[in-house]
Amino acid sequence: MELSELTACEDVVMFVNAAVAATGQREFHTEAEEQRLSLRFLHDYVRVNYREIYASTLALDINDLNAATIALHLLRSAQDVHLEQRRLEGRLIAARLARLAPQRVYRLFRALRAEGINNRRTRAIVRDWVAARPDVAFDAVKYRRGLTAAAGHAHLRLPTEVGTVLFDWRRPKRYATPILESWRRAHYEKDALFDLPYTVAEGLASTRRRDLDRAGFLRSIAPRLTELERLRLQRSGGEAVGGALERQPLTRLALYALSLPRPERSRRREELTAALRAAARRAAGRRAGTWGPVVAVLDDSYSSSGSAVKRRRPLAVALAAHYLLEALSPRYRGLWLNHTGDPLLVHPAGATPLGERLLDALEQRPDRVIVVSDGWDNAPPGQAAEVLRVWRQRLDPAGRTSVVHLNPVFDGEAFDVRRLSPFVPSVGVRDAEDIAALVELARFATGAASFAELSEYLRERVEGFLR
Amino acid sequence: MIPGLRAGPAQHWGAARLVPLLRDEPIADLRLHRRVYDEDALSIVELHPREAYVSYIPHAFVATWTPDGTPAAAYGTQLCDPREPGLPRVAGLRFRRRMTRREDRHRLRFLPLHLALEGFLDLQFDGPPIAWEEWTRAAVARGLSPRVEEAYRGAEVRGLDDALRVFEIHPGQCGVALYLADALASVFVVPHPDDYRALHPTLLQDSYGELLYLYTQLYPAVPGFAQPLRDAAVHSVADLRAELSRVRAEWAAFHDEVMFTVRAMPSRPVYRLGRFTLSRFLPPFDPAAENHIGESITTPSGEVAYLKTFRLSAAQARRGHLLSRLAAHAWNLDETAAALGTDRQGLVVRLDRAGFGHLLRPDILDECRRTSAAHARA
Repeated sequence: MELSELTACEDVVMFVNAAVAATGQREFHTEAEEQRLSLRFLHDYVRVNYREIYASTLALDINDLNAATIALHLLRSAQDVHLEQRRLEGRLIAARLARLAPQRVYRLFRALRAEGINNRRTRAIVRDWVAARPDVAFDAVKYRRGLTAAAGHAHLRLPTEVGTVLFDWRRPKRYATPILESWRRAHYEKDALFDLPYTVAEGLASTRRRDLDRAGFLRSIAPRLTELERLRLQRSGGEAVGGALERQPLTRLALYALSLPRPERSRRREELTAALRAAARRAAGRRAGTWGPVVAVLDDSYSSSGSAVKRRRPLAVALAAHYLLEALSPRYRGLWLNHTGDPLLVHPAGATPLGERLLDALEQRPDRVIVVSDGWDNAPPGQAAEVLRVWRQRLDPAGRTSVVHLNPVFDGEAFDVRRLSPFVPSVGVRDAEDIAALVELARFATGAASFAELSEYLRERVEGFLR
Repeated sequence: MIPGLRAGPAQHWGAARLVPLLRDEPIADLRLHRRVYDEDALSIVELHPREAYVSYIPHAFVATWTPDGTPAAAYGTQLCDPREPGLPRVAGLRFRRRMTRREDRHRLRFLPLHLALEGFLDLQFDGPPIAWEEWTRAAVARGLSPRVEEAYRGAEVRGLDDALRVFEIHPGQCGVALYLADALASVFVVPHPDDYRALHPTLLQDSYGELLYLYTQLYPAVPGFAQPLRDAAVHSVADLRAELSRVRAEWAAFHDEVMFTVRAMPSRPVYRLGRFTLSRFLPPFDPAAENHIGESITTPSGEVAYLKTFRLSAAQARRGHLLSRLAAHAWNLDETAAALGTDRQGLVVRLDRAGFGHLLRPDILDECRRTSAAHARA
């Protein structure tokens, strides 16, 4: 392979890793500003040098922040590319926005307005996205500022009453649309509060209804809660909010389980384990039980406690990976670095003796070894790399055991996730649900696959995404 | 190396390298005084009531012991019996807003007894025992008072806060050897891993010598310490495991022999309680070597339960050297000068440069200054 191709491959894999793992928030080792700076550079670099690939990463399982940033960058620099590519980019952006959470899309629209990006394609994307919303009147209440910005910026044609409620809401005596009428009445009337979405009702209750007690408010608003709000209110909400564990995605469930104190976790062990196993089975889907023998090395060192804004995120990814791999492979074994016993009771503490634990995993000679760790191998430093090198060179030159390193933490200083060893691919991971797809992507990370193969892979993913 | 402890793998961040000191068997009958723990986070294992149980309060530990909740600092490291009623000996603290603000930004002057340096400051504090004519009357009457040394607080040392924050405490870790730019800055040992967990952040409140402060400014990062495995020796998994333990032993030996520069020194017992002895030690004040002062709690078998050291800066070590030499010769100038391999004038100039000029009679001092200036011109 030519050097330029190799560099291109590395650059792209680096960017995909960042786009999956980096959220621009503070991590255990690096500050938020460092993360954002590094991420900004990567976006500019890849957009300028590999424009087509930059657009097609929208089809991968990248996180919401980076999806919105890519859309913003593409729309900002649409004049740089020819019409054909522009059209493809438009379709990719529209498809990705349809999958994003609405508040994030509205935030993107606000960013478009702030930057004064208002070309024809941008307006069409905003118009189509808003038209595809199930209920614009609902959005006018719940995402009021976002919809106002989008409507003003893209000159949207909205239903009359929605336009009124956004831009001239003081005038009408009453609205015909039920949710808008409830919103108007909720400013004066307690009962109307409970027809509104939770966030809006809470805001109104806190400013206008100070006499309302929290428990009563939650009891009445409970039917209007979204699944996520229900999960978030599990602890503070008390009796009023319950039974949110079904239908939650796996990683979120793991985060919730880890947020509970350990005595409570052991008391609710059956319930939590059952919920996690069910979520893992849903995430595995048709792949369940199809993998050969797998051993996972899961990082529960102190650094997996994350930061104040991403509490226990790396540990939650490791815990979710444990349940997912259990569902994927009937012959699975998980090894924690320090913890023994029930994985539900895992706790982020202690050093990171990755080298030793890797050897324990490799000794069982499984088909795959999956390492979920932030890559700060420190007991002793760099031993994992040495163990992997000696293993590959002396004990398993044929590569019967494939080792993949999944890293939930973006390292701003290195512009990539922290690597374990040049012999082993390291890929970023945001949600454990994507592990199966990421393991597939990992073969591009070692430099074994050519740039053409990578482009082909991305083209296939784009086709599947747009279908 | 310290008996009862072994070195674990080092972790480094910026200019700081932290080597965990691990204890196979924690000391359970000497624990941090339970009132300095948060009441909610009380994690001391209840021992059998008839068993001896002693608690200690490390130096410079500030806690709300007083009944009215005002902050108080431990008056030196103490050993106490927790069944005894009453408070440990504490010094009340009064915070003046402006003072603390200024201290945050600038160099700190530390007060005697505020930190673990009284042993050093105490050195020859009484001044000349014989009223030789060269010393001023004030030196003979009042000694070295006031005696002030300066140091930097850990928070001022660049990168130390982050290094302590990201350090991953090992299970069973009872101490740490802290290196700044690979110079041993401080050794901190406690009896029990739980105590260590509680006291780990206090390393940031400790004081560090000027030299170490400058090192961290000049050497922003220390390199990682990579230990390659010898792949030629590996034919099986067992060989690889043997390699890992060889590397581990090699590191521990290297640390103990090369990096760890605190040596066993004659120590002065200060207090005894139960089987534990609290003592202070001073270095030999060799200006050519590293000099660590500190305090320790030991068991009769010589096991170190608690240890805290401070590395003197070069100027401090020189001062200590001069004072200890003077003491050895009862503050006689000529004898001391002979012992130091110089003459009376050389010694006077050295004393003057070390900041002890005010102890000598002004006429003698002026004469020596004049002569040495003339020498320099010639």
